[in-house]
Amino acid sequence: MMNMFTVSGSPHIHASESSKKIMYGVVIAMVPAMLVSVYFFGLDALRVLLLSVVACLFFEWLIQKYLIKGQLTINDGSALVTGILLAFNVPSNLPGWMIIVGALVAIGMAKMSFGGLGKNVFNPVLVARVFLLISFPVQMTSWPKPSPITKGFVDASTGATPLGILKEGLGADPPKTISELAPKLPGYMQTFTGDVGGSMGEVSAIALILGGLYMLYKKIITWEIPVSMLLTVAVFSGIFWGINPEQYADPLFHLLTGGMLLGAIFMATDMVTSPMTSGGQLVFGTGVGLLTILIRIWGAYPEGVSFAILLMNAVVPLINRGFKPRRFGIKPGVEIA
Amino acid sequence: MNNIVIIAIAALGSLGLVAAVILYFVASKFKVYEDPKIDEVEEALPAANCGGCGFPGCRAFAEATTSSAKKNKSLEGLNCPVGGNDVMQTVGNILGLEVEMTEPLIAVVRCNGSLANTPAKVKYEGATSCAFAHALYGGEGGCQYGCLGLGDCVDACDFDAIHMNPDTGLPVVNNKCTACGACVEACPRDIIELRKKGPKDRRIFVSCVNKEKGAPAKKNCSVACIGCTKCDKVCKFDAITIDSFLAYIDFSKCTLCRKCVEVCPTEAIWEVNFKPRKAKPVQPKTTAETSAEKASARKPATKKVSAEKADARPAPEKKNEA
Amino acid sequence: MPARHLKRRTKHNSGKMGILKTFALGGIHPEENKLSSDAPIERLALPGQAIVPLGQNLGVPSKPVVKRGDLVKVGQLLAETGGFISANIHAPVSGKVAKIDNVIDGTGYKRPGVIIEVDGDEWLDEIDRSDELNTEISLDGKEIIDKIKTAGLVGMGGATFPTYVKLMPPPGKKAEYLIINGVECEPYLTSDHRLMLEKGPEILVGTRILMKALNVEKAVIGIENNKPDAINHMQELAKSLDGITVQPLKVQYPQGGEKQLIKAVLNREVPSGKLPIEVGCVVQNVGTAFAVYEAVQKNKPLIERVVTVTGMAVKKPSNFLARIGTPIGQLIEAAEGLPEDTGKIIGGGPMMGKALTSLEVPVVKGSSGILLMKKEEASRKPEGPCIRCARCTSVCPMGLEPFLLSRVSKLGKFDMAENEKIMDCIECGSCQYTCPASIPLLDYLRLGKNKVGAIMRSRGRN
Repeated sequence: MMNMFTVSGSPHIHASESSKKIMYGVVIAMVPAMLVSVYFFGLDALRVLLLSVVACLFFEWLIQKYLIKGQLTINDGSALVTGILLAFNVPSNLPGWMIIVGALVAIGMAKMSFGGLGKNVFNPVLVARVFLLISFPVQMTSWPKPSPITKGFVDASTGATPLGILKEGLGADPPKTISELAPKLPGYMQTFTGDVGGSMGEVSAIALILGGLYMLYKKIITWEIPVSMLLTVAVFSGIFWGINPEQYADPLFHLLTGGMLLGAIFMATDMVTSPMTSGGQLVFGTGVGLLTILIRIWGAYPEGVSFAILLMNAVVPLINRGFKPRRFGIKPGVEIA
Repeated sequence: MNNIVIIAIAALGSLGLVAAVILYFVASKFKVYEDPKIDEVEEALPAANCGGCGFPGCRAFAEATTSSAKKNKSLEGLNCPVGGNDVMQTVGNILGLEVEMTEPLIAVVRCNGSLANTPAKVKYEGATSCAFAHALYGGEGGCQYGCLGLGDCVDACDFDAIHMNPDTGLPVVNNKCTACGACVEACPRDIIELRKKGPKDRRIFVSCVNKEKGAPAKKNCSVACIGCTKCDKVCKFDAITIDSFLAYIDFSKCTLCRKCVEVCPTEAIWEVNFKPRKAKPVQPKTTAETSAEKASARKPATKKVSAEKADARPAPEKKNEA
Repeated sequence: MPARHLKRRTKHNSGKMGILKTFALGGIHPEENKLSSDAPIERLALPGQAIVPLGQNLGVPSKPVVKRGDLVKVGQLLAETGGFISANIHAPVSGKVAKIDNVIDGTGYKRPGVIIEVDGDEWLDEIDRSDELNTEISLDGKEIIDKIKTAGLVGMGGATFPTYVKLMPPPGKKAEYLIINGVECEPYLTSDHRLMLEKGPEILVGTRILMKALNVEKAVIGIENNKPDAINHMQELAKSLDGITVQPLKVQYPQGGEKQLIKAVLNREVPSGKLPIEVGCVVQNVGTAFAVYEAVQKNKPLIERVVTVTGMAVKKPSNFLARIGTPIGQLIEAAEGLPEDTGKIIGGGPMMGKALTSLEVPVVKGSSGILLMKKEEASRKPEGPCIRCARCTSVCPMGLEPFLLSRVSKLGKFDMAENEKIMDCIECGSCQYTCPASIPLLDYLRLGKNKVGAIMRSRGRN
């Protein structure tokens, strides 16, 4: 028998790129933030991470095998990314069963019920975070105080996040001013390294920025969404800060606290739930930035990144329809008959 | 307090009144008269919206029949292939017209280039689409007329009437076929044809569309029509024509005498749902295209064959053994 | 703009080349793998039997004018144009017409062709077979076009559009620039590269002939800077010639596409659905320029061409000057045989070439190369779900959304595909090349283009 040749349409070569590589690239980018969270929150952080990852993988396997009955997809790395990000979005002292519930919501409700990878409308991790926040508000907002692993294990006490302190102080009766609250708030250096209360993955700005730079270098994300989102936050909060610095926090504070960087770098840039073209991505990022500050200043919750991203996720199909790439040979606005 | 209640009732009441008046005028101004018979006809139709009649849906067909009945007093040229004679009779009754009986048709796959009969010479990789593969190359087996086996016909069928047989790589039509013609349209190689269903589902056809000369056709496919004209010579009813080395049986002239089947040297002519011949020792060319139960219930004689190959054409290997 | 992502730049010495131009939208940079760029063009031995398909050009197949048993000489007319967009075909060998029958061609279909039993190598007397360079252009524009038409010239880059049609702009349109395409952006292929190095003066005469035929003052030869030797050589030769410049270009696929090349060289954008003449340009391949030289100055019709035979497992990657009608099997033999684990034979380059089904497929006017791929290179990766990464969109040189177009084509929503400009797709394959989920995007795009094209044609008829 002679050689059986293959026939297929062109192109006959393929870049070495694959979905799996992209997913594992994201995992590598999350390593610094993982290390920092373990450093500040100790073995608890490790427990949450492991539990979340295992639960996400398990649910993905279970649903794919028995409900969708398709090819097994747990190797593609997407459930792994979801698991780590879910862990990043919860306090490190969250009870284990709540994490499992979160994983079920993320994988089962937000991802697989739409048909699996690539078909979900909302960011699965944020759906789970918001679900947990609304269902278990106390546990989800009792943040352990960071205590570096080098100092040995101390009894984990809980406290509020910088944004929580701010919201509570400004809303108190009589309202306090920012300068009155300042002693309670962490310094910029602390928020930069991660020595503050908060969800375990979102505390350290430097670790997140490192991961972001890695993903930019590897072309996993593009600059549009993070830059437009952070810029909008800076400008918008800057305006209010300029009007009344006693009432409104400064832009840097907004940028470095809460889930802002985690959201801008890892959550809003999720390929599946963000727009396709660079124009659309700029609009998306700007929208997230605006909504975040709106919620932070006037909303009932101290933090608004998750809600802002989920809200913008909902309009992504519209953005995709409105922002087409620039077509070759068609001048914008000119219809060619 | 009372005042508020009265004002509210008065305001809402007058608002409602104004809206009602506007609605009334709009409704009467823009009223479109529709023949109530259209609804009746539509009700009688199968509601498959398959487009087999040539109209974009059952509603459009109902409109067409109704207007044709009004204008021309006939339903000529209008036929719902899915509903068949029963439905057309009902439509005729509604519209008060006589309807001619039409012969029921069925889709017939005219290729037997199965995996065994037409061994693959190259391997195809790419989109599961016959239309694309047809534009790309000749076909895995080398026959540029034969079935590509990627199932565009199966995708086109709204009635679950055509399926791929994984053993042969060819589509198989079952009795659910309504002759809507969607698969005929979908096949890029014009392999599927609507043919007369035949008495007791019996039909004879050339299961090949290869227009090559005998030798090259036979080189790629062991059961190709080689255009030898034997069938043409044996046919007393002038039902067979040969064009570009390919025989075609006109089903309106064919009397199902089966003479051509006997003389065909490549077994390219098929007879389906006939009783097995007595004279010849083993000749299991007779097959059931219908489902097993139906075939066996009606024709106990073909039971063996039908049971062997439930709803599929005979596997070519079997044929060759015989 | 994410258009830039995924682009891996290789370092070329761009220092002395001045500013490198390229096109703006999308583009990719696959491994170049120009294995045969140092192999000089070798003349291939005559085949025992030449198989000359009658459909060698875009458009209408040619009509045979010989019959079985006829004795033909090299250069004699075998088949004449079958319509407006069609080309003459000449006998590439001398011998007896064995039969006119269906022969397998590059499309994998058997189509009519002329089979000639080769006997000796007897040429028509009027063909000048000397290697002497003839720079004197004695014919006028119209005579040149007639000559090119008679010689059966088609675009040698692969699209095989009859050359003379391009040289006759529609009324009211005037060409301003002639662009000679020496880009060769397809990985692996080197036939144009070698031709520029070895036949530079002839190409420049061909360019001048084309300029005269088109009545244009300016010609630009675009060459990617992964061929610095060709750029230097052509620049050196063009120095003394008025109006001809050599433009080095940054390496980027698909720069060899007409519209991309015009954008890169002149920064003009051909409007959607229009031809290059709309912006005053006519693009011709360097191979065509050489063929024009031979046809006009040497009276030699298009009967042979340079074909690259290459591939990772090929023992001796080569460039052959082969007669039209030579079975590709013979070329592969000359490159020291078909490697054991060959899984795919491609006529053309790896991005836009066609997978061939047999070794009997003959060399035709549009064959630029034969690429042999190993089994492990030949298979596609399994298709995964779309993760909406938008890479296909960012690499599309036409600014289309391949993910969307392929999906609507698959679902049969052809009106939507048409609105989203599916007919602008140049089938360069960048989208599918870059898709991390290995979705056969271009397969479905082609399907959609076929269907939309058919719908548009039927609309035109009504």
